[in-house]
Amino acid sequence: MSIKLSERDKQMLQGREGKAAQMAMRIMVRMADVYGASELMDVSQAHIDGCGLLSEAGLEFAEKLAGYGGKVRIPTTLNMGPLDLQNWKQFGVNEEFAAKAIRQAKAYMDMGCIPTWTCAPYQSYLTPRFGQQIAWGESNAICYANSVLGARTNRYGDYIDICAAITGRVPRCGLHLKENRKGQILLRLVDIDPTVMKDDCSYAVLGHLIGPMVGDKIPVIEGLSADATSDQLKAFGAAAASAGAVALFHAVGVTPEANSLEEAFQGGQPEKVIDIGMAEFREARADLSTAREKDKLDVVVLGCPHFSYEEFRRLAQLIREQKENGNTLCEDVRFIVISSQTSYSLLVRSDFMDVIIDFGTEITLDTCLFHTPMIAADTKVLMTNSGKCAYYGPGELGVKIAFGSMADCVLSAVKGYVCRKEV
Amino acid sequence: MVAGSAEGVALVCREPLSLWGGLNPRTGEIIDRRHALSGEMAAGRVLVLPQGKGSSTGSAILLESVRSGVAPAAIINLKADPIIALGSIVADELYNKPVPIVVLPEEAFYSINKGDQLTIEPDGTVRVNAEPSTKNT
Repeated sequence: MSIKLSERDKQMLQGREGKAAQMAMRIMVRMADVYGASELMDVSQAHIDGCGLLSEAGLEFAEKLAGYGGKVRIPTTLNMGPLDLQNWKQFGVNEEFAAKAIRQAKAYMDMGCIPTWTCAPYQSYLTPRFGQQIAWGESNAICYANSVLGARTNRYGDYIDICAAITGRVPRCGLHLKENRKGQILLRLVDIDPTVMKDDCSYAVLGHLIGPMVGDKIPVIEGLSADATSDQLKAFGAAAASAGAVALFHAVGVTPEANSLEEAFQGGQPEKVIDIGMAEFREARADLSTAREKDKLDVVVLGCPHFSYEEFRRLAQLIREQKENGNTLCEDVRFIVISSQTSYSLLVRSDFMDVIIDFGTEITLDTCLFHTPMIAADTKVLMTNSGKCAYYGPGELGVKIAFGSMADCVLSAVKGYVCRKEV
Repeated sequence: MVAGSAEGVALVCREPLSLWGGLNPRTGEIIDRRHALSGEMAAGRVLVLPQGKGSSTGSAILLESVRSGVAPAAIINLKADPIIALGSIVADELYNKPVPIVVLPEEAFYSINKGDQLTIEPDGTVRVNAEPSTKNT
């Protein structure tokens, strides 16, 4: 199929804006063909996912573009990277890995990217506005930007993200266009106990449940509480985007393109209606765990996606409750929280940071459990309240996963074994 | 979708797979322990899967598997998957080694069985056990 190009697109393709823009535009034009788009369109912000994984090829790609003098044309934030840039030695990362990770970080910085280093950019800096056309990478961030913010992005995987940032252009198709954002499947929460939904991990369970039900279709959820917090919607989207390919969901009365059921479906009818009750919910919850109750616990990981200030506050409260009962962190258990510099700098100014640190919490910034080698090789059981972490943990880290609420995680870390209120 | 020729034995699944968390780019093994193909080797085989899912890091995994020499010989999808296609296009840009990607219509896609010997021609034609031509896009 032939793609209609603007004069500037053509100039980039001919190399008049440098070799980096030329290569980026060549990739973009081939991708337009994959998407079945007939032309390109402008985007005004980008979020780079390709800076996250450290691979030989990824490093070569970034250094090639930076070496060509490539510069981003639009404000561009960075996803978490493969290294805690300040504290990597504390987490046992080896020098060779660190050196390569620093080279990769430098390549993206040389191209003019903003050093946010977070997978929760929507809680960080330069939050996109409603209707803004953007090119975002990172499945959870894509889902949040489209669904909760109402900005418009397709799923831009590693490497097309930086091509979009350098050219400021993307194929005109998919979720960039309003008509493709209408709901397709209606999911009705029929007898989900409202007190269950107050539990921080219930949104992750719900995301894990609906992901496989809808695949890459756009679900409309009816029955989510209108006071759902940013952190709850973050957990929901991250789990749904891992267990399925959800890039956009609507929640009636919660998300901005779904003030009513009718608006969510843009006046159309759902292809399918699915009712979700407690039986399905419990099944999905159980499916997130591969470890068993009372298994010896090695490590707790919170902050996937990156911990927010509010989550730090909640953690401090839970730790205080344990402390009041005379409980301390079991010495065989590591307690790790992953976050961004942005949230951390707020934590530093809080009055509860000491509570968290005194408990023995290790805080790591800028990076991701899956992309930096910080979990010891002999780790057998990992506990988390993240649906995404629970989903990928067994394959990526070779660990057994105990999934539970943040309160369960703190309690288990004290006991030294997996111990949950609900299983 | 991404042109090229290839030959290999079909590795077939009916459910989507996220390459990140699903494929080890240094060994070519399928490592998603929740997936039906868990433990199978994708290296040198024709991976027949409806589409990808999950993490947008999938492109990087496919690219790295090309660099390590353990990429699938080709990928056949039911639905064009930009994350998979991108990994192959960048492999072409960086190493001149694209992984051919073909999108087949439903009937042809589901007629391929595990273990079939597949040949993919530069125009996107897929031959099954040397039998002529399955339709292609």
